[in-house]
Amino acid sequence: MYDLAYVRPGGLAEATALLEADENATALAGGQTLLPVLRARLASPSRLVDVARLAELKGMALDGDRVVIGAAETHAAVSQSPVVAGAIPALGRLAGGIGDPQVRNRGTLGGAIANNDPAACYPSAALALDAVIRTTRREIAAADFFTDLFSTALEPGELVTAVMFPRCAQAAYVKFPNPASRFALIGVFAARTAAGMRIAVTGAGAGVFRWREAELRIDAGGGVADLDDLALPEDAFTSDLHGSADYRMHLARVMTGRAIAAVDA
Amino acid sequence: MTVALRVNGEDVRIDVTDRTLLIHALRDHLRLTGAHMGCDTSQCGACTVLVDGVAVKSCAMLAGQADGCEVVTIEGLARDGALHPMQAAFAEHHGLQCGFCTPGMIMLGIDLVRRRGAADEATVRSELAGNLCRCTGYQNIVKAIAAGARDMAGAA
Ligand SMILES: Cc1cc2nc3c(=O)[nH]c(=O)nc-3n(C[C@H](O)[C@H](O)[C@H](O)COP(=O)(O)OP(=O)(O)OC[C@H]3O[C@@H](n4cnc5c(N)ncnc54)[C@H](O)[C@@H]3O)c2cc1C
Ligand code: FES
Ligand code: FES
Repeated sequence: MYDLAYVRPGGLAEATALLEADENATALAGGQTLLPVLRARLASPSRLVDVARLAELKGMALDGDRVVIGAAETHAAVSQSPVVAGAIPALGRLAGGIGDPQVRNRGTLGGAIANNDPAACYPSAALALDAVIRTTRREIAAADFFTDLFSTALEPGELVTAVMFPRCAQAAYVKFPNPASRFALIGVFAARTAAGMRIAVTGAGAGVFRWREAELRIDAGGGVADLDDLALPEDAFTSDLHGSADYRMHLARVMTGRAIAAVDA
Repeated sequence: MTVALRVNGEDVRIDVTDRTLLIHALRDHLRLTGAHMGCDTSQCGACTVLVDGVAVKSCAMLAGQADGCEVVTIEGLARDGALHPMQAAFAEHHGLQCGFCTPGMIMLGIDLVRRRGAADEATVRSELAGNLCRCTGYQNIVKAIAAGARDMAGAA
């Protein structure tokens, strides 16, 4: 790790001021992505601003028909929350399947969303459920938030403070985990919402996306068996040492079928 | 920077650089060499310790992030010369060969009992996702954790 300074501000305003004062400063939450990256010397921030203990980024509560989850809530806390289990059981189960127990004890919702790893789990839930990301400056719809590989609509110095997920009892996340990393080789979040079936795919390689053809087919009364011949957006899929684009496309069909079956089970 | 910790029941203050990882603070500053560093990618779990009661990978946490916290390492488990039930179970069931992964396995096992109680074999296997062993093939590790979990649940 290159040399750097570590600071733990006492409040959100102080954290924001520190980040805005130094363009090479970076927020540190659970550190489950950032610290391995720093150890590999893939980044060299001047200063780490620890946001993990900020009270303003904590809390899980119902607000009308939405669940509001603080950015610094850990995957373990979300997976054990009765509020989340009651309003969106699939979201609690998704959090409980991220990585391994140690990663879940430290890693946070805000860090996972801000990092936008193309194989991460949470972005699929945010996109499928039309979640809204609340930041220190504004509210951003999930569809506008995840812009590209490892990039988001966040501006320098802007922090995620909470994610607001619309309540949804009929949803499921099905992941085919990479056996080495536990990230999604393909993960599919399916949800029956007031606006119809939503299907978001992660792990394809080029970033999380909605498989609209499949949504339309299901909304038109189709079943899981009707997905086999449907087009997938080919440029969303890439090949790497873990699997070819073709293999990932096959997995996307199979995992979508399983996710829809789980929603209706 | 100065970091204040309670490690295995004792209050300590250590001077570290801002970029010092918790694993290095424990091994190099406090000479607690039970937790091991087995990988560069935070995937092996050999460095697992308890911070405020929950299992974390001490290679994926700065010492500064643990400031004010209570840390328990493998060295803090035995009482008056008697092994902790989870340690005893590893000895009894031959849950190790070279022993490199063992401290992390035992700390994770204790965290597992906190969350899941006396877990069955399938649960133990899925909970071990973040702890790798290059020697044993896991059979006896799973047996040891299941037995340790029963002993701990019985003792509680
Ligand atoms: C072995 C292993 C397995 C994993 N498996 C999975 C998996 O199966 N699925 C999955 O989805 N993820 C997985 N992860 C990643 C894990 O979920 C991370 O916890 C998460 O991606 C990042 O969260 P963090 O709190 O650790 O963030 P950090 O590592 O602290 O930060 C990550 C990035 O987010 C930024 N950031 C953090 N908080 C905020 C905020 N509030 N506002 C703005 N920016 C912020 C940081 O500046 C940094 O750029 C795995 C990680 C490991 C090590
Ligand atoms: S050294 Fe920490 S997980 Fe491998
Ligand atoms: S006993 Fe050798 S690595 Fe597990």
